[in-house]
Amino acid sequence: MSFGPVSKDAVNEGSRSEVRVRLLLFASYAEALGRTEMPVDLPTGSSVADVLARLRQDPAAGRLPPSPLVAVNQRYAKPDTLLRDGDEVALIPPVAGG
Amino acid sequence: MAGYLTHTPIDVTALLASVAADGCGASVLFLGTVRRSAEDGDVTAIEYSAYADMAKAEFDRIVNEAAGRWPGARIALRHRLGLIPLGEASIAIAVACPHRAEAYDVSRYIIEETKKRVPIWKKERHDSGEERWVKPAERVHPVSPPSAARA
Repeated sequence: MSFGPVSKDAVNEGSRSEVRVRLLLFASYAEALGRTEMPVDLPTGSSVADVLARLRQDPAAGRLPPSPLVAVNQRYAKPDTLLRDGDEVALIPPVAGG
Repeated sequence: MAGYLTHTPIDVTALLASVAADGCGASVLFLGTVRRSAEDGDVTAIEYSAYADMAKAEFDRIVNEAAGRWPGARIALRHRLGLIPLGEASIAIAVACPHRAEAYDVSRYIIEETKKRVPIWKKERHDSGEERWVKPAERVHPVSPPSAARA
């Protein structure tokens, strides 16, 4: 083990205080925002509510309802659900299957 | 039980055959079909789309819940996606049980939970060429993590 590269990696590792999630949009929400998928970078410890807040920085997000349903990794989640790096976060428009 | 989603017409005979068993004296087949109605206007077809990975997972959870609640029930279902013309089935649910009471109950449970929870959407196409996302009937905030989430 050499100190040079190891310590450099350690610095990079330590400075990466973010989680990147994959945000998926469907149906009417995808149409409203003009896209189906986007990466979102957030500070560690962020929740579903933080993703929504970030999304609302996009003016087109004004067409979303105040509190849309959200799924994390294919399961319905709550606004305070915490997110981890690599999570798949989906906004779920009112479902109409069957 | 795999293969919940399909882009082709549903073979209901095969679906029913897949749940048949010697110990089952009752089979129930539910079909949901694309309809024309006064409130919907001149619908000619409906385009169904899904969050496929989650729809499969949610169908799995619903079927597992039903299997836990009604042991011995045999269940198969298909939901069709894409453009479905008037009169054709968007969903088929086949249930076989020893007796009819539970077969009806299981069938009803699966369609009701599907309508509440499975991430599938539909867009109506009208004679005029207009397209419109279908909003489900007003409901109380429908979805919380299904019971499987606590397991």
